[in-house]
Formats: sequence, structure tokens, C-alpha cells
Amino acid sequence: MENKLVVPTMAELTAKGEAPEVLFWVGCAGSFDDRAKKITKAFVKILNKADIKFAVLGTEEACTGDPAKRAGNEFLFQMQAMMNIQVLQGYNITKVVTTCPHCFNTLKNEYSKLGGKFDVVHHTQFINELLSSGKITAEGGAFRGKKITFHDPCYLGRGNDVYEAPREVLRKIDTTLVEMARSRRNSLCCGAGGAQMFKEAEKGDKEINVERTEDVLGVKADIVATGCAFCNTMLTDGVKHFNKEDDVQVMDVAELIATAADL
Amino acid sequence: MISSIIFVAVLIAGGYIFAKKASFIRRNILLGREEDRSDRKTERWLTMAKVAMGQSKMNARPVAGLLHLFVYVGFVIINIEVLEIILDGIFGTHRMFHSLFGNFYFMVINFFEVLALMVIVGVSVFWIRRMIIRIPRFWSKEMKGWPKNDALFILYIEFILMSALLIMNAADQVLMAQSPEILEAAGLSKYALNLDGHFAISQFLVGLMPQDLNMLHYIERGAWWFHIVGILAFLNYLPYSKHFHIIMAFPNTFFSKLTPKTELDNLEAVTKEVEMMFDPSIDPYAAPPEGAEEVVPSRFGAKDVKDLSWKQLMDSYTCTECGRCTSVCPASLTGKALSPRKIMMDTRDRLEEVGRGIDAHGPEYEDGISLLNDYIKPEEIWACTTCNACTEACPILIDPASIIVDLRRYLVMEESQGPAELNAVYTNIENNGAPWQFAQADRLNWKDE
Repeated sequence: MENKLVVPTMAELTAKGEAPEVLFWVGCAGSFDDRAKKITKAFVKILNKADIKFAVLGTEEACTGDPAKRAGNEFLFQMQAMMNIQVLQGYNITKVVTTCPHCFNTLKNEYSKLGGKFDVVHHTQFINELLSSGKITAEGGAFRGKKITFHDPCYLGRGNDVYEAPREVLRKIDTTLVEMARSRRNSLCCGAGGAQMFKEAEKGDKEINVERTEDVLGVKADIVATGCAFCNTMLTDGVKHFNKEDDVQVMDVAELIATAADL
Repeated sequence: MISSIIFVAVLIAGGYIFAKKASFIRRNILLGREEDRSDRKTERWLTMAKVAMGQSKMNARPVAGLLHLFVYVGFVIINIEVLEIILDGIFGTHRMFHSLFGNFYFMVINFFEVLALMVIVGVSVFWIRRMIIRIPRFWSKEMKGWPKNDALFILYIEFILMSALLIMNAADQVLMAQSPEILEAAGLSKYALNLDGHFAISQFLVGLMPQDLNMLHYIERGAWWFHIVGILAFLNYLPYSKHFHIIMAFPNTFFSKLTPKTELDNLEAVTKEVEMMFDPSIDPYAAPPEGAEEVVPSRFGAKDVKDLSWKQLMDSYTCTECGRCTSVCPASLTGKALSPRKIMMDTRDRLEEVGRGIDAHGPEYEDGISLLNDYIKPEEIWACTTCNACTEACPILIDPASIIVDLRRYLVMEESQGPAELNAVYTNIENNGAPWQFAQADRLNWKDE
């Protein structure tokens, strides 16, 4: 069943004189983190299934600079931004999809003010479009009747007002969507944003991901879905903290659809 | 006549002292660096109408939102009567709007009385929430001392002012119910307004009133003076208090950030330097062109309040210390040192200090104190996840997160300070284009794994 992934790079397409409909911005986590790589692959399976003509930058992609910017290193951020904008403009990229809400926010909002204007969407929005237009179908057999809750990534939800696309996707696979008390605008951060992912937490009496995982366990969901590799890591660690790995699965929206569509 | 002169003098003094303090605050806000918030005017007016006038973000907490609405509506509408009080005070008349509006006037007064009662109910329940129920956000560490007392003073003052209004009306309605002849005989003919019946709320206080007409007159006058002098005093209390939000909420929502919450500004000074590095035709050692203005390089990020933008400083004067931000901040919730409310309070307190220093010693005065380190510790700003829960929670669109990032910018770019792990992240991003130490050449390896 394991089909070979078709992942063309911009360099390859350009050499053939072709252009993609959309560039898939994989991001650092999606490229290197073992858990996040599964999300990347799930999304590629969806793109392949829907016959989307896409490409990745591959080795020409580099960190957007988001963690540097949030940490206060504006120099490094703008260096990364300038380099990435040059690469993207060099390939005449107009549309970008990314599986990372942090890349999404940076590419969409901050690059545009530095001269790199692209039409940027998050993969949950992209998948929602594919499902709505019938380019892929997901029957949801695997998840029918499962209780699922969605953890809003800050940079997708509060940051950019994308609340409904991931939920619409989850409803389409016949799951029972339950909401945590802190959701949408009032969602609680997983603890990874603002470069916290890359440093020890400051001194306190609790870890943020543990606080958030209590919300997840509180609604007794079988699955907590999210749309961010960092949230995914934090929640996975949180579930482990409570030894609840057998009760709650942490999954990305792309993984849920890839599984539901039997890809 | 004498009372009119005294009244006008009191009015002018109250207005003058307030204007002086207001211009001190305005000057302080303008100590901040420039930031353009003059775009999207229509959207800005709409935001102000919705969020400040319409209180749209207050209903996120329905109980507090409803009580706040009582006090807000009461405050705004009862101020119409203050206009009458001022005119009466100047011209020595009594309820001059009555002659303009007739019996409709009494309907309006009844409505004001209902509002006054709602304000009294509102502030009473607010007091109970603070002092009896002890809602945690009112008892966190930055709320000790002045901030706590300030909050209570405001409630007491509002309670007393509204009580004075009702007592005034109670005495007045007994007087106004007398026949014109009796009032004439007592030398109180200006009370002869033929009140038909009783005022809606203050009628219940009539039983407490004396029978003697002169005593009633003194009570009515006493309450009248107390009410208007109290309002003027309260006006002058505002700029020293979190209650200043009743004015600042309007400009602050108008000038609020309209771009996506997680979008940060790109520092222009940095852009110029980075562009130079990318442009081989620029000679970095070139002398500036003849006649070019000498630009004093500004600091990267913020160490003190003058490095923040005027809007960030306006935010600090607008903060009403309600603590909604801190009560939803993931760092605060898990016991970290960070509290977004404290960031705003510290910014305001430091700005006041800088302003006083300038007044005493001139505009170039440096006191060797700074917002960062002396007020806000690095440990606080490094606890922020930039999740923007605080900016979402603020009912008047204050943005503590932007101040936190500007303080980080100073630490990182000017002082090379910060958590050591982050230095490794910068090195990795620079060398191999990822926060972790993986080679950029391996970026597509996942495809075949």
C-alpha cells in the first residue's frame, strides 16, 4: 500500500520548463523532526492523490527566521527573509502552502512587508478546499464515531483568524467534534511559541503543555487533532506525562485525512 | 451671585489642573518613537465605535461585562445632568432644563435615577467580587499597595457620588412638592417647579429627610455642591489612576493594531542594514552625501520607555489593570514570573518617572534607571510564548506582547544576552538554515525515508 511519494523540487520543474500550481513550504520541523516528517508525508500523499501539481524547494529552503524574530534577533530574521524571498521570487512563486502555522504567519504577513508578496495558505485550508471541491474524498471509516478535539495553534487561530477550516475538515470524516473549554480565540498555547520550543521553560510551578493536556484529557477525546508540528510535540509530551498514550492519540489534520482516505 | 462666582472659580480650577496633568501625559506619550497609525481611518472609527463605545469585548465575561455596562452607561448618560448642574451653577438657576422641557424633564430625571441605582448596584457587586469573593486576578502579586487601593477608591467615589445625586433629589422633591406660597414665604421660590408625584428611586429616601424647609434646602444644596465638586475632584483623580481608561479607551482603540495579531513589525533600521549587505553596489564605508542629514542611529529594540513607540506608551496609560490578560497568559497560569498586566503597569510607572525627571531636570535628563532590568526582569520577558492570549483578552486592545518582543530585541541585538540555548539556535539558522543542527543538504531526505 506504501506508494512512492512524488515530490518534485522547484529546481527539477524549472529545468523541465514547468511551473507548479503551488509551492509546498515544508519548514524545518517538517524536514527534520521525526514526528513532523510523518505529517509532511501525509500531506504529500494528499497532494499526490489530488493530483496537485506542486513542488518543494528541497535543499534551497531555509528557516523563515520565525524563532529568531520572536526571540528578538531581528537581524537574523531579516537575513533569512531576504534570502528566502530572493529564492521564491527567483522561481516566480505566487502561491504557497505550508504545514507550519509559524511559517504561515511569517511568509504571509511579515515577508509581504519586506517585498515578498505571496498568496499563502495553511494546509488545513488547502485540504478543506480539496475536500470541498471533491478532488479528494475521505470516507472516514477509520474514525467514524471517534471523539475528536481540535487544539487551535496560536499562529493559525488567534494570530490569523483561521478557526473553521480545520474544524470543517474534521467534520467531513464523520467524527464527533468536541470542543475544549479553552478553544478558538480563547485557546491555550501549547507552550512552544515565541522560541520557547528551543529553550528550557522559565522557572514556574507547571509546564504549559501539561496545563493544556489537562484540557484535552478533560473532554475525554480519543484524538486531539492539531495543525502544527510544535503543538503536536508539546501535546504528545503532555499525554506521555499523564501516561495516557493508549487513550489519546495526537494527530495532525493531514494525517487524519490521509488515513481516512486510505492513502 | 457669590455662589455663582465660587462655582465658576471651582470649575475653572478643576479644569485647569486637569488640563495641566493631561498635557503632562500627552507629552510623555509623545516621548515614544514614531509609529504610523494614520492608515485605514474608516476601520479605525469602526473599531473605536465597536470596542470602546459598544464595549464589544467586555461580554467575553458576561457577569463583569453586564455590571460594567451599568456603570458605563450610567456614567455617560448621567453626565448630561452634569451639564445642567454646571449651567445652574454658573447662572444661579435651579434645574434650568425644566423650563425647557417641562414634565418630560422629570421623566428624564427618573431615568437618571434608575441609572444611578444601577451604578450603585454595579460598584457594590464589583466591591464584593474584589473583597469578598476575592477573584484571583485582583489579588495577584502586582496588585499590592496602590493598585489595590486605587481600585477600591474608584468604587467608593462612584458610590458616594451617586448617593449624593439621589440625596439631592430626595430633598429637592420634598421642597418641590410644597405649594409656591409656602416656598415663597420661606424665601425658596426657585424650588417651585410643581413636581407631580415622586422621583423613581429617591422617593425611598424621602422618609429620611427632615420636615424643616431650611434644613431641606441645606441638604439639597450640600448634596449639589458635593456632587459637582466631587465630580471635578474625580476628574482630577483620573490621570493618577487606572480609571483613566474611561478617557484613554477611545483613542487607544482608534489607534489599535489592525494587522494580524501574530504579525510583528519588521525593524526598518535592520532592513536598511540587511539590504546593504545584499547589495554589492553599496559601499559600506562611503561618506554620507553632501548635505545629508546626520542620522543618529537609534537603539535596536527597547531598553527604556523612550525606545517604545508612542502607541505602546499610550497603551500603558490606558491599562485599567483588570488582569484579563494575566488570567489567560500561559506563562502566568503556570507560575512563571511574567504577567502581561505587570508589563503595562511597569511601562506606565516608568514613563511617569521619566516624565517627572524631565520636568525637574530638563529634557536631556538621564536617571540611570531603565524599564528593562529595573522594572521588568529578563526572566519575565523570556517566559512569553507570543501566543497573543493577552492581546485577545484585553477589552481595550492593548498589546503587551509587542513590548515584550521589543525588550527581547534590545537584549539580543544590543547586549547579546538571552537564554544560551537560543544562541545555538541562531548559529544553526545562520549556518545550516534550521534551528537544529541538521545540514541543509539533508533537507529533503524525508522523501526517501
